[in-house]
Amino acid sequence: MLKIHQLHKSYAIGDSSLHVLKGIDLEVESGEMVAIMGSSGSGKSTLLNIIGMLDEADSGEYILDELPIKNLTEKKAAVYRNKFLGFIFQSFNLINYKNALENVALPLYYQGMKRKERQKKALFHLEKVGLANWAEHLPKELSGGQKQRVAIARALAANPKLLLADEPTGALDTKTSYDIMNFIQSLNDEGKTILMVTHEEDIANMCKRIVRLRDGVIMEDKKVNQVRAEQYV
Amino acid sequence: MFDLDLWREIFQSINKNRTRSLLSGFTVTFAILLFTILFGIANGLKNTFKEAFGTDANNSIVIFAGRTSQAHKGLQAGRKIQFKNEDRDFLIDKYGDKIQYFTSKVNKNVSASFRGEKNSYEVRGVYPEYMFIENNVIKDGRYINQNDIDKKTKVVVIGRVVENELFYKVNPIGKYINLSGISYKIVGVFTDDEGDNEEKIIYMPISTTQSIYGNNDYVDLMHLTYNPEMNSDQALAFGNSMKKSLKEKFDVARSDQRAIRMFNMAQGTKQVDVMTFSLTIIILVIGFGTLIAGIVGISNIMIFIVKERTKEIGIRKALGASPRSIVSIILIESIIITAIAGYIGLLVGVGVLEYIGPSLEVYFIKDPGVNNSLVIGATLTLIIAGGLAGYLPAKKASKIKPIVALRND
Repeated sequence: MLKIHQLHKSYAIGDSSLHVLKGIDLEVESGEMVAIMGSSGSGKSTLLNIIGMLDEADSGEYILDELPIKNLTEKKAAVYRNKFLGFIFQSFNLINYKNALENVALPLYYQGMKRKERQKKALFHLEKVGLANWAEHLPKELSGGQKQRVAIARALAANPKLLLADEPTGALDTKTSYDIMNFIQSLNDEGKTILMVTHEEDIANMCKRIVRLRDGVIMEDKKVNQVRAEQYV
Repeated sequence: MFDLDLWREIFQSINKNRTRSLLSGFTVTFAILLFTILFGIANGLKNTFKEAFGTDANNSIVIFAGRTSQAHKGLQAGRKIQFKNEDRDFLIDKYGDKIQYFTSKVNKNVSASFRGEKNSYEVRGVYPEYMFIENNVIKDGRYINQNDIDKKTKVVVIGRVVENELFYKVNPIGKYINLSGISYKIVGVFTDDEGDNEEKIIYMPISTTQSIYGNNDYVDLMHLTYNPEMNSDQALAFGNSMKKSLKEKFDVARSDQRAIRMFNMAQGTKQVDVMTFSLTIIILVIGFGTLIAGIVGISNIMIFIVKERTKEIGIRKALGASPRSIVSIILIESIIITAIAGYIGLLVGVGVLEYIGPSLEVYFIKDPGVNNSLVIGATLTLIIAGGLAGYLPAKKASKIKPIVALRND
C-alpha cells in the first residue's frame, strides 16, 4: 500500500537548515490503522504532509499503491491527492461559506463529477456520518464534533485509498474525541487504511499500530491491541 | 467552453462574501463614477466654449476698405479705397484653391412694408455662397441663386423675424414686399440660430442691389471662408497674403493699417485651439488620475482578497484543485465584480450628469456628457488592471504548498 525508504527533509531557516526527517523507513499494508506519535518538532506532521503530497521530500523513495511519488507537477499532485487521499485536519478546514453538503461535494467537483451525482453521493456520505439532517447548515452552525464529521464525510467522498488524519481529535473534548475515534475505527473495520498523527496516548491506543518518532527518526514501531472507542461512548 | 459548475462556484463565492464583493465593487464604481462626472463636466466646459463662437462659419475672413493713412507712390494720404466686383474675381483667380466660399456684400437700410405693416431692416446684397458663410437654413422657398445674379432679378429672401413682423398669418412666399418704394418678390424665408438680430435681415442678389442703389459695381465688403483644411497658422498667413496683394493692387503703403482692414476668424480660432488643447490636457490628466486611483484601489483589494482566501486555496488544493482552477476562480470573480461595478458607476455617473446637467449652465457648463465608448474603455482598463492585480497574487497563491496555505490563519 505505502512504502517509504530513506526519506529526508530539511527546512531552511535563515542561513542554516533544520533537518526534520533523517531517513525514515515505513511500510503500511492495506487495511492498517497507524498512529504516528511524537513530541512537537519530532517531524510527525512533516511526515504526514509528505505522505499526503502536501509537501515534498528532499530525497528518498515514496511509493503509494505501486506508484512512485516523485517530482510531481502541481497539476499531477492535485489529481493524485484527489484520487488517492482523504484528509482530516485538526482544525476541520471546512470552507466557511459553503454548507455541509457543498463542502462534502467539493472533492467530487474537482473530479469533474456531474452536479446531480455529486450531491447524491455527498448526501450519502453525510448520512453515513449521521448528519444528513444538517446538510444545509453552514460550518458555523455546527458543533466541533459535527464539523469534524463533515470533514470525515468530505475525506471519504472521493473514495480514497488512504485516509490521512492530522490530530483529528486535537480540537475536541474527550467525549467527542472518542465519538470521532469510534467512527474512524468503524471505517477501518470496513477496510479503509488510516494514518493518523496524534500526541494523545489514549487516541493512539485506539489504532492498531503505533510509530514513535523522535528528532526525525523512528524510535519505535509496534503493533498494539486496539482499544475500542465504543465502550467510552 | 462554458463550465456551469465553475460559474456556480464563482457566483456562490461572490454572493456569500458580500462585504468583500461590495467593497471591491465600490472602489471600481466610485472610480468610474468620478471619471464620468469629471469628464462630463470638462466636456460641458468645452461645449460652452465652442458655443460662444456660434454657428457662423468659423473660418471666415472679412475684408473692409477705408481711407489711406500714408502717402504712397505719389498719392496723398486720406484717399478712399473702394472695392468693386472685379476685386472678387481678382482674389478668386489668385487664391482659388485656398478659398471655400466667397461673396462680396453691399449693405443698405430700407423701410419695408407689406399691406400696411411697416418696419426698417437691413438689406444685404450678396452672392448665393453667402448662405453657407452665414450658415443660414432655408425654412421656406429658396435662397438667392446664380440666375438672380445674372438677370438682376428683383427677388429677396427674408429672415424669420421679418416674416413674423410683417406677415401675419400669410405665407410670404410669392408675395411682393415694398422696400423703400420698390417691390420685390419674396422667394424664401431663412432662419439663423444665432438669434433674432441675424434673422432681421433681407437678402437680395448683389447685382440687383448695385443697379438699384447707385447703378455702379461698388462693394462694401468682401466676406470669404478659407479652405477648412488649413490650420489657423496657415489661415493667418493666407489672410496676410491677401491683404498684401490688395495693398499692391490699390497702391497702398505696406505699413498702412487703415486702408485695407481684415477680420480673420483664424485669429480667434487659434486662441480657441490653444484653449481647447489645454482643456483637453486637463481632461486627460483628470481622467488618468481617476483611473490610476481606481487601478491602485482595485489592485490593493485584489491582493487583500487573495491573502484572505489563502486558507481556502489551501483546502481546495488539498482536495484536488489544480493551480489553474485556483487562478481562474479568483480571476473570473474579480473580473465579474469589476465589470458589474464599472457598469453601475457608468449608469450612476451618466444619470447624475443628466440630472444636474441643466442646472450647471449658469456655471458655463453646457450639456455635460461623456462618450460612452470612452467610459467603457475606462471600465475595461480597470477590469484588465483588476485582472492583472488579481492574477499575480492568485498565481502566487496557486503555487503555495497547500500545507503552508492550510497553516495560514
